[in-house]
Amino acid sequence: MDQILGNIGLLFEFPIVNLKIVLDGVMVGALFALAAYGLALVWGVMNVKNLAQGDFVIAGGYVSWWLVQHGFPALLGVPIAFVVMWGIGWVIYKLVISRVIERDLFTSLLATFGLAIMMAQIMNLMFGSDTQSVDLGYPTLHFFDGFIDLPIAKLIGVLMASVLAAGVIIFMKSSRMGQAIRATAQDARAARVLGIDTEKVYAFTFSLNSAICGAAGAIIVMVWVIQPFYGISYSIRAFVIVTAAGLGNLPGVIAAGLGIGALEQYGSHIFGIGYQQAVAVMLLLAVLLYRLIQQRRNRQVLK
Amino acid sequence: MSAIIEVSKVSKSFGGVVANKDVSLSVDTGTITGLIGPNGSGKTTLFNSIVGYHPIDSGSIKFEGEEISTFPVQKIARRGLLRTFQQTRIYGAMNGVENMLISLPHRKMSIFDALKTFTREDYERADHLLEFVGLYEKRMLKSGDLSFGQQKLLEFAMALMNEPTCLLLDEPTAGINPTLINGLIERLKRANSEFGITLFVIEHNMRVIMNMAEKIYCLAHGELLAEGTPEAIQNDQRVIDAYLGAH
Amino acid sequence: MNKNKTILYALILAFSIIAPFAFPNYGTQLATLWLMIIVALTWDMTGGQMGYNSLGNIFFYGTGMYVAALITIGLSYDVGDYTSAAGGGIYEFTDLEYFGGMALGVIGAGLFCSACAIVIGFLTFGLRGPYFAIGTLGVAIAAGELVANWDWVGGGQGIALPVYPGDLDVGKTVFYFLFAGVGVATFLFCKWLYGTRFGAAINAIRDDEEKADAMGIHTLRYKLYTWAMAAFFVGMAGGISAFQLIHFEPLESAYQTINLGIFMVVCVLLGGKGTLWGPVVGAVLFHLFKEITWNYLLGWQWVALGALIVVTVVYFQDGVMGYLEHRYPEWFGIRVEKKAVSESK
Repeated sequence: MDQILGNIGLLFEFPIVNLKIVLDGVMVGALFALAAYGLALVWGVMNVKNLAQGDFVIAGGYVSWWLVQHGFPALLGVPIAFVVMWGIGWVIYKLVISRVIERDLFTSLLATFGLAIMMAQIMNLMFGSDTQSVDLGYPTLHFFDGFIDLPIAKLIGVLMASVLAAGVIIFMKSSRMGQAIRATAQDARAARVLGIDTEKVYAFTFSLNSAICGAAGAIIVMVWVIQPFYGISYSIRAFVIVTAAGLGNLPGVIAAGLGIGALEQYGSHIFGIGYQQAVAVMLLLAVLLYRLIQQRRNRQVLK
Repeated sequence: MSAIIEVSKVSKSFGGVVANKDVSLSVDTGTITGLIGPNGSGKTTLFNSIVGYHPIDSGSIKFEGEEISTFPVQKIARRGLLRTFQQTRIYGAMNGVENMLISLPHRKMSIFDALKTFTREDYERADHLLEFVGLYEKRMLKSGDLSFGQQKLLEFAMALMNEPTCLLLDEPTAGINPTLINGLIERLKRANSEFGITLFVIEHNMRVIMNMAEKIYCLAHGELLAEGTPEAIQNDQRVIDAYLGAH
Repeated sequence: MNKNKTILYALILAFSIIAPFAFPNYGTQLATLWLMIIVALTWDMTGGQMGYNSLGNIFFYGTGMYVAALITIGLSYDVGDYTSAAGGGIYEFTDLEYFGGMALGVIGAGLFCSACAIVIGFLTFGLRGPYFAIGTLGVAIAAGELVANWDWVGGGQGIALPVYPGDLDVGKTVFYFLFAGVGVATFLFCKWLYGTRFGAAINAIRDDEEKADAMGIHTLRYKLYTWAMAAFFVGMAGGISAFQLIHFEPLESAYQTINLGIFMVVCVLLGGKGTLWGPVVGAVLFHLFKEITWNYLLGWQWVALGALIVVTVVYFQDGVMGYLEHRYPEWFGIRVEKKAVSESK
């Protein structure tokens, strides 16, 4: 307890620490937001709640890591992971997801959970259970007497994430496939009537999501660490963000993602690093409760 | 004659659309009261407000003197105010008898009653009510396989099984074969006279509602247009205009 | 109950009693089988029967484990001292303390878990479908993480209980019968419950909760009761596990969301959701599958498990009982009457 109070005290004593926490949080939060966007995409278009989202992210990270082990330049890992995960996502869609779309929601949840377990375990077998990361070797900037250090690698990571996000958004708005996706999300039957091949749209969407996660993972391995069993945490965070922000709300997703990142950093600062996972889950429960209360006021329930 | 349902100046909008505006009406205990009006006049919205499907913007709704406008659906149902659905909701995977047994009024049971197995009286009552609506022969078939009209009758029987004080019926004759409608009217009247259940009915079929109701309210454009006995309503020019001018 | 069924039940009961003596080398596996039966049956109570698919029932298992252990330790010693010594062997338990602690601990675990179910349920039963699943999963994960950080109950190291006082083989048999006892009790309880009005009501909640609400069924109350009853049995199972495992950790043994936590769901899916025997059959099949893959596919067993989940969920949704119901509807009673009636229509 004293430890906790002491940690809180630090926040007031050295206000600059707040900036550090927020900065760290926002940078990692940007990647959470990416994963959440993908989750919302699949959810909105196919009504599939992908519990394996985090594992796609970690998988992308391993693709990039493996490439680096074999001599590829690290930054190239991101686009390659994007492509590789696209392919893997497509295969998974054809084998598994396409068969659970029409079923009830628990089925798709459980199917993706099974997938998550499989992926985490396969990665464990292939790469071992140590944490891995890729060192870009870029210098670190220091501010405020060394209180805040900003590794350039992290900055690059956030930059790449933003570029990716911008790319995806522009694609969704202006391309034909993007429009088809949005139409299908709104009303699949109507889309079919208008000649849109919804099966193609679903496959594309899921692969796109997988690719986005892969790229995010490739970024993460550069600026933080990955480990086969970290997947579930990312899945949970993505869920928290989507639940908090709602499905169609892009600025909300970004804000929630950054917010979660910051909150998690605060949590781990105040309570200790061991609590980081717990903080993520507590946030999930808090968000669910909040939505529940909101719905109660409308005499409804959270479906 | 006291009012079992009192609706006072209830308003409800959805976004920019005003569904109900300052609607006031009352349903007297033990009577059959009708609610009519052209499509889009706000009848089902009013119903849904009464049973608790959505909050109202302003006004008050009282059931047996108690303010219920902020209660959720289950709480209102537990007070004895039940409703049937326009789309007819039954437990499709179970057969008729099971549907009936599930409809036993749990609100009247203590947890110990609920933990008992179904008694012979339960079965007899279910059979009796199934016969009352004419579904006795079909009672062992999967209810999802029954025809739409039969499902409606089953839903009605389930509502009766639940021993309501007051029952809100949303278009009970919609989709029913015209030859069966007379029978349904008879049964509705008997439910009211024999079982003492107050009925509040939304209807589009004028013949049915004029035949059944003691008092009728007419809504148009979300507001209360006219009220009175069937004869008065039938001859009310405003009502006639509302229906003829509705399209 | 008709003649054939009674004989069947008697045979199964007899077999269950003889099993540990007939297959002495498999004592622990048989006990684990009963554990799976317990968690599968209880999962189905809220899942298949009531329509609320929980991914967090493992919370009760873990909590039961801890509560039973804490009660036993707490009765004889100071808990904080005990856990910080990490069971360094200085702490001796007399037979009375061991067995008395076990008895009180297991029952206490069951009761405490029931109470937890009511509290958690109050917060989570407003969620539907996948939100309920994720929410309960979150609760289980959170509990595991929080307990792992709580030094008073041993933190990440967990708790070490005393070993069974007496012959260890006898101990194995004792544990078998404890699990089997709870298992049989759970089965009989479910069998009785599903035939009552309460049972019909929770089926109604599953089939159309809005309709059930509109009919005045106390949906929240019934949901809480059901979960509390399920939690009671799982809590007891967790409590017994504490003594069987001797040493348990918060994330690996107690709040094992990825292991037992998901096994219970797979068992029910395999066997048939919403039936009385489904969870039992599924537990047996799954246990066999697990034993085989763990022994012969070491390294890949988890992948096989994940694949099993995916395949079952995608291709084999109705489970064994569902399949049987399709193929042999006569075995399931009511259908016959229906046919007779429709013939005389």
